[in-house]
Amino acid sequence: MADTYLDLVNTPLPARIAKTLGLPRPSVLRRYSPGEVLAAQPVLVAGAGAGADALADVLLGWDVEVRRHVLPGEKLSAAVVVLDRASSPMDLAAPMLELGQAVRLLVPGGRVVGLFRSSAETADPAEAAARQGIDGALRSVAHELRNGATANGIILRGDATTTDPTTLGALRFLLSGRSAYVDGQFIEVTATPAESVADLAAATGAAGEGAPEQPLAGRTAVVTGAARGIGAKIAEVLARDGARVVAVDVPAAGEQLARVANGVHGTALQLDITAPDAAERILEHVGQRYGVLDIVVHNAGITRDKLLANMDAPRWDSVIAVNIASQLRMNERLLASPVFSATGRIISLASTSGIAGNRGQSNYAASKAGVIGMVRAQAAAFDGGGRTINAVAPGFIETDMTARIPPLTRQVARRLSSLQQGGLPVDVAETIAFLASDAAAGINGQVVRVCGQNLVGA
Amino acid sequence: MADQAGAQTTASPRTAVVIGGNRIPFARSGGAYAYSSNKDMLIAALDGLVARFGLQGERIGEVAAGAVLKHSRDFNLTREAVLGSALSAETPAYDLQQACATGLETVVGLSNKIKLGQIESGIAGGVDSASDAPIAVSEGLRRVLLDLSRAKTTQQKLKTLATLRPKDLSPNAPTTGEPRTGLSMGEHQALTTAAWEITREAQDELALHSHRNLAAAYERGFFTDLMTPYRGLTRDANLRADTSLEKLATLKPVFGKSLDTPATMTAGNSTPLTDGAAVVLLGSEEYATANNLPMLATIVDAEAAAVDFVHGDEGLLMAPVHALPRLLERNGLTLEDFDFFEIHEAFAGTVLSSLAAWEDAAYCKRVLGLDGALGSIDRAKLNVNGSSLAAGHPFAATGGRIVASLAKTLSEQGGRGLISVCAAGGQGVVAILEARN
Repeated sequence: MADTYLDLVNTPLPARIAKTLGLPRPSVLRRYSPGEVLAAQPVLVAGAGAGADALADVLLGWDVEVRRHVLPGEKLSAAVVVLDRASSPMDLAAPMLELGQAVRLLVPGGRVVGLFRSSAETADPAEAAARQGIDGALRSVAHELRNGATANGIILRGDATTTDPTTLGALRFLLSGRSAYVDGQFIEVTATPAESVADLAAATGAAGEGAPEQPLAGRTAVVTGAARGIGAKIAEVLARDGARVVAVDVPAAGEQLARVANGVHGTALQLDITAPDAAERILEHVGQRYGVLDIVVHNAGITRDKLLANMDAPRWDSVIAVNIASQLRMNERLLASPVFSATGRIISLASTSGIAGNRGQSNYAASKAGVIGMVRAQAAAFDGGGRTINAVAPGFIETDMTARIPPLTRQVARRLSSLQQGGLPVDVAETIAFLASDAAAGINGQVVRVCGQNLVGA
Repeated sequence: MADQAGAQTTASPRTAVVIGGNRIPFARSGGAYAYSSNKDMLIAALDGLVARFGLQGERIGEVAAGAVLKHSRDFNLTREAVLGSALSAETPAYDLQQACATGLETVVGLSNKIKLGQIESGIAGGVDSASDAPIAVSEGLRRVLLDLSRAKTTQQKLKTLATLRPKDLSPNAPTTGEPRTGLSMGEHQALTTAAWEITREAQDELALHSHRNLAAAYERGFFTDLMTPYRGLTRDANLRADTSLEKLATLKPVFGKSLDTPATMTAGNSTPLTDGAAVVLLGSEEYATANNLPMLATIVDAEAAAVDFVHGDEGLLMAPVHALPRLLERNGLTLEDFDFFEIHEAFAGTVLSSLAAWEDAAYCKRVLGLDGALGSIDRAKLNVNGSSLAAGHPFAATGGRIVASLAKTLSEQGGRGLISVCAAGGQGVVAILEARN
């Protein structure tokens, strides 16, 4: 569904009118394409200490011009604020005010990324206040930014450092066009498992080279619900990043599924994921054709909206069966199978409805909140091993599903985010591809919202 | 003697296997595919196969397919379909036509090439549209138009045009009539059905089994990796899962009404005109292994036969009856050695006449030159996943449907399977498939 307002407001005269009247002025977002320049202008690394210094050195190796202080009048592609040593709310003033100067100089599509430690990991009230304070400040910055710029945070947990391969992977993702519609979000990073650090250094550019063009090369990925919409785009983006894709959808969607599979040079597997033997059939197919299954994206989902007062059993049951029960059953079988890689990645589609609830979607919200619960519990079980599981929660995404929302409601829903527009399926897909990559090895049990900092569920 | 016969067959240097298949659901003529051409449907079937096995951009050894009802512009139908598909444009292709045996014959031809080492992989199949059938101008108009193109002066042109008669302007629609007898295929079968004294009840019962077996196959998901939906159709449109002997008994006979015996052939126990396409992926064992592809069944051997239905007294669709004993003898096998029989249901009467003929000692001696009856076929082994009466019969697509379905059945249950397909012109092809294990 085309956002005609967005197109219109990005032409000269309507842009002036919108500005005069104070109407929303959504920008065309900076999105990733292979070979992207991470930062055409210098990047500010604000904050003091060894963590900030080390990070600045790594960024230099990424072929980025680095500034440690704002130079008057010089445009910036991004501002990275390193606050890993903040121990009192008083420590925030200098770096935040420096950031204030920087945001005035951000280019359209610019980035603000804050790095700080988890408030849950300190017993000192002042330190916790400082850390939690950064969270609030960065969310506010995200609300204030315009012209398609975003602000996000990386929360360092445990032994994770500012230059841990996963920290760098997350930073690269947030600086890149891949995170165009990720705004006001905080990604928790734990120290990358030691055994994979060497591989990861290459994967994330910590070794001083750029990140590889195809971070998923040689991987095999299963994407459910791949015949249309977000699922088809996930298949496309994973394939672009080098993965061999097994596109899964119900037999009735086989015609579109074949088109998707042929488009990404993958294979089509017609399969109802609610069937008891769904996981076995996937494992059999992947086992025979590719040997190892590296990535599973649980994307298939349905809505059967009704107010709870009018809800019937078929509506409730079918949503639960497809959106969460099938995932639980499949994960159990996958984890028991030697075909599923020891460094396997599971990425599950949640929804902002699962975080905030939504009128008429008690069944859907139960299933999507259920996904979040499942991901957190499974992540705890994975902790310390090579596997990870994460969820991506899309906000308002322009798909066939949201195109059925009545026009006025749809227009309002689009403008409710800080980016004042709906996201595209590719935005969800990019986040999934990042979580599937080696660069996200230390990210586990996270729910990353792709919502343009939507007010709903914030 | 049997040993010697056995030795003759296995001379083939390599083994050809069925890797998998794909077809689009079959639609009734004028239904979901009313505006789809043979090329459209063949491309859809190919692209579904490519998607299933990840063959995008691959140069397949050769693709062979055909159509029975074919526009003259489709002289290179299969190659054009390959060019329109996701396969490599460097994949060679050829068209083949042997009426309703087209699909099976493409499998036989390509598997032979694989056995000889000429190709490593092949896609065999067929397509037919009774909806988008070619309509030809009359012979009179055609001659006038050709003469006109050769005429040089205006005077010659006018003179040529003057030879045109009003009756020349009516087009020739295609028929399933036999050119040498003028009888439709149904009327031919009606003669055979009557000669073998096949009852209406027996025919309806066979039709009922076909629908029930096909419905059950869908029910257990048998077709999820054999079929890709097309144009909104997700299962064969002709399938009547809820049909019954009572319902079938209410249908009026349509063929054999001018015979002395009661007419027994109805729309229920005859196949309807159908649109559809089916393809099968074949390969050498080496090809399948190198590409991590499944091997569902081995293609063992095949035999074609033809009968003189014009001057002789054999039925039009009885050629497979003649082909089978020759195939069995060459392979040192008897009917008892088979676990599954796929006998194409052009008409229920065709299947039942064939079974009756093989059971008839006198006929087998006199006509087939055997020592006695060839034997009888356990009905529980016959068309276990339904056949053409339920699925429909897009002429050239039927062979691909049967080969893929039988190969999958053999991969699931093991054993040996026989395929028998009758064809216009008094022809027929039979083939043997064997499970891998």
